[in-house]
Amino acid sequence: MNFNKIYALGLRHLYLIMNSFPRVLDLIYWPTVQIFLWGFISKFFTLNSEYYSNTVGIILTAAILYDFLFRASISFNMMFLEEIWSRNFTNLFIAPIRIREIIAALTLTAILRTLIGLVPAVLIAIPLFGVSVLSLGVPLIFLLLALYLFGVTLGLLVTSGLLRYGPSFENIAWASLFFLAPLGCIYYPIEILPQSLQIIAKGLPLVHIFEEMRSILMNNTVNYFNILKSISISLIYFIFGVLIFYISYFGAKKRGTLINMGE
Amino acid sequence: MFIEIKKLTKTYNDFLAVNDINFVIEKNKTLGLLGPNGCGKTTTIGMILGLVTPSLGEILIENKNINLFRRDEILKRFNFASPYVELPKKLTVKQNLEIYGRLYGIQNLDERINDISSELDIKNFFERKTGELSSGQKNRVSLAKSLINKPEILLLDEPTASLDPDIGDFIRSYIQDYKSNNKVTIILASHNMSEVERLCDTIVMMKKGKIIDRGTCIELIKKHGRNNLEETFLKLARSKDEL
Repeated sequence: MNFNKIYALGLRHLYLIMNSFPRVLDLIYWPTVQIFLWGFISKFFTLNSEYYSNTVGIILTAAILYDFLFRASISFNMMFLEEIWSRNFTNLFIAPIRIREIIAALTLTAILRTLIGLVPAVLIAIPLFGVSVLSLGVPLIFLLLALYLFGVTLGLLVTSGLLRYGPSFENIAWASLFFLAPLGCIYYPIEILPQSLQIIAKGLPLVHIFEEMRSILMNNTVNYFNILKSISISLIYFIFGVLIFYISYFGAKKRGTLINMGE
Repeated sequence: MFIEIKKLTKTYNDFLAVNDINFVIEKNKTLGLLGPNGCGKTTTIGMILGLVTPSLGEILIENKNINLFRRDEILKRFNFASPYVELPKKLTVKQNLEIYGRLYGIQNLDERINDISSELDIKNFFERKTGELSSGQKNRVSLAKSLINKPEILLLDEPTASLDPDIGDFIRSYIQDYKSNNKVTIILASHNMSEVERLCDTIVMMKKGKIIDRGTCIELIKKHGRNNLEETFLKLARSKDEL
């Protein structure tokens, strides 16, 4: 790994953000709207539901964590799509940068985009709704790590689709997370799902992450085994995502789609 | 020989894009890749750049198969410019050159950017976003990016397409000067015959994925009994049977 090249590619996306105020606004706008929306819903539930009466803002915390996952995935996709939209794809893929360095650069830079969007929203939630994700304590770091790995994995799978099918795959980029959300048990316990779907859901890290989040907030207990399980599952998906990306890259070279991408 | 293309073939399903082509390029020479649209020039360039995997055949650099080099090791010796490939539009000219300079691992990057920018006269719009530039300005920036690493092998795909005669001549003169002052081997795909006559040492003429003729400019014109390369191109492009 050449970190100067990873830095260079990261810098390309940093400049892109810094050069455009509307772009920064766009990054901040959607997570903030989400926080407002779920904040009010959360407040309503807190006041009217016994289930949530002891845990203020559980839905809001779930919304923030889900948005973190969503932003991580979308950021990864967006950075890849930027290369296609700007017709820079060929320049990038003929530069002396290895595929693993491209993946590393996108993975590391996605965190920056994610945080630019999410930090203001998280800060707004504290005075406005009296909810802070920091109340999850040290486990928050591990939960975010698991979410980030899984978010980037989804990004890798979508970008693999872009390599395989071209820019027409773009719509899938936006739909990918909504497809998994019902199975992720973000706002409800896994028992709500039908038995058959529970089996599938347990294969996703999301269930374990959000179950653990609820457990910490409602029971004040931390099960590090569950957290480790969620990180391990995310890591397996991440490795799978990298593998798929490589397969798609070599497939695209064979089909000749790299040379026409974005033209 | 510096670059050797041996039995290079590319098939997309049933379509034969490049059909068993062979040619060599000597070090520091310029080869013109000519042919009508869809003749396989871009696919050939794509294979040399490692963007397209050949179905058959091989590309040798100094007698070593290109696949045996590490991707980043071989690509730092190459560069490419084409008006059909752009640099990030929302980044300034300076930012784009900085990023590609870093990607190519250039030492003394500021100095290199300064030199290349002065030579190509792009300093006066250094702080402007690349997407806001005119075609002529974009082409010069694209050329600057392609020379940032002082490539040993430079691939140019229609470098003066859609440019006015003045800017086109500026680019051609620059490439000509650059060639005489630097050690660079160039593969130039172009539809501008005067450009090819001016810049290329040898020519490979392609049609329907195959090489139909080759030689120096003068040799080809003489062989086909025409007055210039344009007429020779038209004769070959319109001929029903391959020569």
